[in-house]
Amino acid sequence: MKSALKESGMTALIAFLLFGPLSGLVLSGYGIEVHGFRPLLMAGLVFVGHLCFTLFARSSLGREWSASVFGRRDGGVTVARGERGHRLLIAGVMLLAFSLPLFLSKYWISVAILALIYVLLALGLNIVVGLAGMLDLGFVAFYAVGAYGYALGFEYLGLGFWAAIPFGALLAALFGAVLGFPVLRMHGDYLAIVTLGFGEIIRLVLNNWGSFTGGPNGVRVPAATFFGLEFSRRAKQGGEPFHQFFNITYSSAHKTIFLYGVLLVVVLLITFFVVRLRRMPLGRAWEALREDEIACRSLGINHVTTKLSAFSMGAMVGGVGGVFFAASQGFVNPSSFTFFESALILAVVVLGGMGSTVGVIVAAIVLTVLPEILRDLASYRVLAFGLAMVLMMIWRPRGLIRPQRPFFPIKGSS
Amino acid sequence: MLLSAQDLTMRFGGVLALNQVSFEVEQGSITALIGPNGAGKTTAFNCITGFYRASSGRLILDGGEEGAIDLLEILGERFKAEDFIHPAAFFKRLYYKMFGGAHRVARSGVARTFQNVRLFKEMTAMENLLVAQRHRVNHNLLAGFFKTAAFLKSEEAAVAEACKWLEFFEILEDANRLAGELPYGNQRRLEIARALCTEPRLICLDEPAAGLNPQETARLNAHIRKLRDQFQVTVLLIEHDMGLVMDISDHVVVLDHGEVIATGSPAEIQDNQKVLEAYLGVAEEGEMRL
Repeated sequence: MKSALKESGMTALIAFLLFGPLSGLVLSGYGIEVHGFRPLLMAGLVFVGHLCFTLFARSSLGREWSASVFGRRDGGVTVARGERGHRLLIAGVMLLAFSLPLFLSKYWISVAILALIYVLLALGLNIVVGLAGMLDLGFVAFYAVGAYGYALGFEYLGLGFWAAIPFGALLAALFGAVLGFPVLRMHGDYLAIVTLGFGEIIRLVLNNWGSFTGGPNGVRVPAATFFGLEFSRRAKQGGEPFHQFFNITYSSAHKTIFLYGVLLVVVLLITFFVVRLRRMPLGRAWEALREDEIACRSLGINHVTTKLSAFSMGAMVGGVGGVFFAASQGFVNPSSFTFFESALILAVVVLGGMGSTVGVIVAAIVLTVLPEILRDLASYRVLAFGLAMVLMMIWRPRGLIRPQRPFFPIKGSS
Repeated sequence: MLLSAQDLTMRFGGVLALNQVSFEVEQGSITALIGPNGAGKTTAFNCITGFYRASSGRLILDGGEEGAIDLLEILGERFKAEDFIHPAAFFKRLYYKMFGGAHRVARSGVARTFQNVRLFKEMTAMENLLVAQRHRVNHNLLAGFFKTAAFLKSEEAAVAEACKWLEFFEILEDANRLAGELPYGNQRRLEIARALCTEPRLICLDEPAAGLNPQETARLNAHIRKLRDQFQVTVLLIEHDMGLVMDISDHVVVLDHGEVIATGSPAEIQDNQKVLEAYLGVAEEGEMRL
């Protein structure tokens, strides 16, 4: 108690010296007013606050609390223990996701679409960063390739929405492979810088190659169709629009709901695929490569092709996200694909827990929906983001949800 | 003859790490590579396993049915002037330049462990062993996605193989623990098990007994013998524990300053004057023994 008083006294003295000139001397006109009381009040507050904090920290309760908050700094990777009782939860979440359009307004469905697009992007980047351990700061490039693949594919090749999904995916995978090949020899920081450069190159090309990409004016993207049925009020060229075909009243929300449904199915498929990948030889090879490249080579794993496959697979998923982005916006231009987007996706992956599929999905949804809910605080978004990052790095350096290793039952032992 | 190194030379800038090193490894033998610190043992290992590209010399592995395999060729050699007249030779070299490397050496049947254990620390012991079985598992993505019967069967076979080696090294109960959490001795054994999962003809162990206590060393000794006797695996090892080396090896190669100074059976090596000098400086009394 005595030492706590002494410590608080010292802190209060320092506070007084600090606040003295800061709040005690006030400029007024050409003279200076001296307010002796203000710094004293400040110092008093600091004294009381510090005393309370020290006493709490020294009590048994405080010790327990600080141990529970600061003490958990273990590696964070756990092994799943056989039980797989999450089926019910997964089914519930899927049911909820599919029934969302029933009780959400059009605006919130488009927010949900955005969230799902970010889920796709995060899943794609998670393959590259979380599984294969290659830091990619230019992931937005593949997003852009997918989006422009749809927009320009329609303009020059006449591709529709359904053809654009595989086309965008393959195009992005090809770009991923092309970028991947020269950079495979690089690690860590160097790789990050090269990918950063690649992301900017794509954006600048889209911006400046006006004759092909439309430059900063962007390109118009056709709306998605339901097996050839358009969602507009009146179909072009004498076709029958969706609402007439099904004999329902026209609503502009149909298009959004339809896009949401398709996107949800794609997200579920890709999520399932990524989850499966971790128990497949390719996924295991990626993770092994992240852990130790030299050991991988000593086991006969070709590190070049394995990295390349991770890069193009991640790019492919990002490309699909791009196609849906273009479809939902109806218009693309290069300003949607800035470095900030790459940083945001990377933040999602880091916050969710690198390598943890569920964590990444949760983080993507939270980080896109939360800013919509807190519209009033929009200007503090990046601040909150940074704060969340710092806190995460202190308490949960491995992300919100810890990566789990699959469990292999061993015959003949429990 | 499983492996023969002929005039292997490795130069790092001006340093001659290996100078015309020649030795042979018999099929089914345990060969030890010994020498004082800095003699070039690990360099020789890295050349054999493809992590270094030898400056000159030849490394021939008897590939069984595949015939002799030139380990330096599959690493991807430099182009030579005459290649440009022989398209076949050119394309062969180009192919290995693009797709060759240490992994090719591993696939042709040379497995290795590392001086400082290199496990996949955040993966379970079982996963470590599954990664090593790339030749056994089904790589088809669609088969894995839909869990086809063929895929599940191949995975099961891989798990069974992994269990076999875990059991052999008495670490089966660690199968579902993270490799990085295991006690050091078990990590060493897991690394050898992982190398064995690649079904090697030759396994190169780089100081397998380093950091082990005497009991663990004795167990390792028994395991290495059993490997040769039961599984017909040929072993090449670097080791500083002379007790272990003299006990288990059939053939010893002594390196000093990048040159082979003696080869022979353990008994011959123990009496070799040059070896004594290399290890102890010039011996003053005749009764000094290793």
